[in-house]
Amino acid sequence: MNILKEANCQIEKETVKIILPEELDHSNAIEIRTQIDKNIYLGLAKNVEFDFSKTKFMDSSGIGMIMGRYKLVKPLGGKVILTGETGNVERIIKMSGLYKLI
Amino acid sequence: MKDVLKIEMYSRPENEGFARAAVATFMARLNPTLEEINDVKTAVSEAVTNAVVHGYDDETGVINMEVEIEGHALGITITDYGMGIENVERAREPLYTTKPDEERSGMGFTFMEIFMDSLNISSCYGKGTRVHMTKIIAGGNSDK
Ligand SMILES: Nc1ncnc2c1ncn2[C@@H]1O[C@H](COP(=O)(O)OP(=O)(O)OP(=O)(O)O)[C@@H](O)[C@H]1O
Ligand SMILES: [Mg+2]
Repeated sequence: MNILKEANCQIEKETVKIILPEELDHSNAIEIRTQIDKNIYLGLAKNVEFDFSKTKFMDSSGIGMIMGRYKLVKPLGGKVILTGETGNVERIIKMSGLYKLI
Repeated sequence: MKDVLKIEMYSRPENEGFARAAVATFMARLNPTLEEINDVKTAVSEAVTNAVVHGYDDETGVINMEVEIEGHALGITITDYGMGIENVERAREPLYTTKPDEERSGMGFTFMEIFMDSLNISSCYGKGTRVHMTKIIAGGNSDK
């Protein structure tokens, strides 16, 4: 498994789990997306788990990245799971309406 | 007390984090709460990212950021000389984006509006965009 500079990803039971970096923005969202999607396209996983326990900052680029993964796995019968989000990150996710979607 | 910080940077994604950190450090003298710092960092991140992603369409261009402090008032102006916005009113609407295929959610201006006290956008189609935001930093000085 490739280990990203900032994000760490592992697969277990059809779920690709990503440990997100301390700050998630446009500058690293694309790299994380590529890493996740590779596993989905290869058929190794259909669920995505985002682990926010290390993440202190996220903006709309993060929202777009999560929503994009949801759109990708939904037709496959997969789901998106969010864990460990607190403070500012949790607030932004709430405001974006993501919790209602996934 | 009045003070000003001016930064000129290229529209590189790495500078989004730099701009956030610079403003957070500069505003520290206002004794802001953690929430106020986060609000401002998010707004700055959204404005600079917009300049990089939309203004210059991932090409290299110049972004100017000006941060002003006067008393408890914080003013931030972020300017690019890129492609500009055709319809500012529409651009401000939540969920409106011209780049849905690049996984933009259309929440940038909405977050700037929520997290700051005021948001002013002036744009000239084909010439560039200026975003001006203000916020009163009550900080640890208030009894809230
Ligand atoms: N600096 C800019 N230059 C040119 N166009 C801009 C600029 N900033 C915003 N826009 C336009 O306004 C629209 C709305 O911006 P907003 O930040 O709200 O959403 P977004 O950037 O598309 O998505 P998100 O911010 O959620 O990733 C953009 O899609 C773009 O068309
Ligand atoms: Mg935006």
